[in-house]
Amino acid sequence: MFTRLSAAIAAIALLTSPALAQGAKLTDPQIAHIAYTAGVIDIAAAKQALAKSTNKDVKAFAEDMVRDHEAVNKQALDLVKKLNVTPQDNDTSKTLSKNAADKLAELGKLNGAAFDKAYVANEVAYHKAVNNALETQLIPSASNGELKSLLQTGLKIFQGHQQHAEQVLATLDQSVGRK
Amino acid sequence: MKPKWFSPRFVAFVLIALVVGTPISARAATIQISVENLEFSPAEASAKVGDTIEWVNKDVLAHTATARNGDWDVMLPPKKSGTLVLKKAGTVDYYCRFHPNMKATLTVAP
Repeated sequence: MFTRLSAAIAAIALLTSPALAQGAKLTDPQIAHIAYTAGVIDIAAAKQALAKSTNKDVKAFAEDMVRDHEAVNKQALDLVKKLNVTPQDNDTSKTLSKNAADKLAELGKLNGAAFDKAYVANEVAYHKAVNNALETQLIPSASNGELKSLLQTGLKIFQGHQQHAEQVLATLDQSVGRK
Repeated sequence: MKPKWFSPRFVAFVLIALVVGTPISARAATIQISVENLEFSPAEASAKVGDTIEWVNKDVLAHTATARNGDWDVMLPPKKSGTLVLKKAGTVDYYCRFHPNMKATLTVAP
């Protein structure tokens, strides 16, 4: 399927682009910024879905994303405040935001079932990419123990989102009829 | 003549019977399962029909305890508890609908 393929390409692009494949070790203020940005991106995507979709499962999933990512980002903000750390913008955050803005524009042109499928497929790909970045880069690079543990909890949450998105995608596939 | 069953004693007995609901011999227990950091703990719990399961959600996230067989679906709001009175014996696998990677098993004896 085209949407599946494009999502896969997007995921690969995210993984191999400078966005999440920098060699340089990230600092805690940078890691905090990336993690927060990743959450903001998913909230924006979910809000677009809530505005555009009429599918019950897609809307419920989007609501879950808004609720969870807001809760996690609030925890992240509380932590940086407590640690007296100012999140620092960086190339990874910038590339993530740029890619996300492109994706929002791309999905904005779709409607109905085509939108639903593209949104959920991108959610699968996006969470997969973020989880990979958390596992291989952000968690190992984090120096502060509390930041590391928040990222580890974040990883479990986002792995849950990925599975949830895969389930929703499977129901969309069923309702449309598999190719 | 005032009938006997309106006596305060009898009324109190009826009220207690209503509140307790089940025969005293059933000794229904409340079993707590904690939900923290996206884990049900203990992941394998045992109980009896009539017991109450109380899931104590310590996360800032909403979770659910949802039976795979469709028998029950308990909402666990952030930092709150959800309860379920067990009505059927059997082994039930359950998970969180929002985070399907959260899985656990409940074994209910008759």
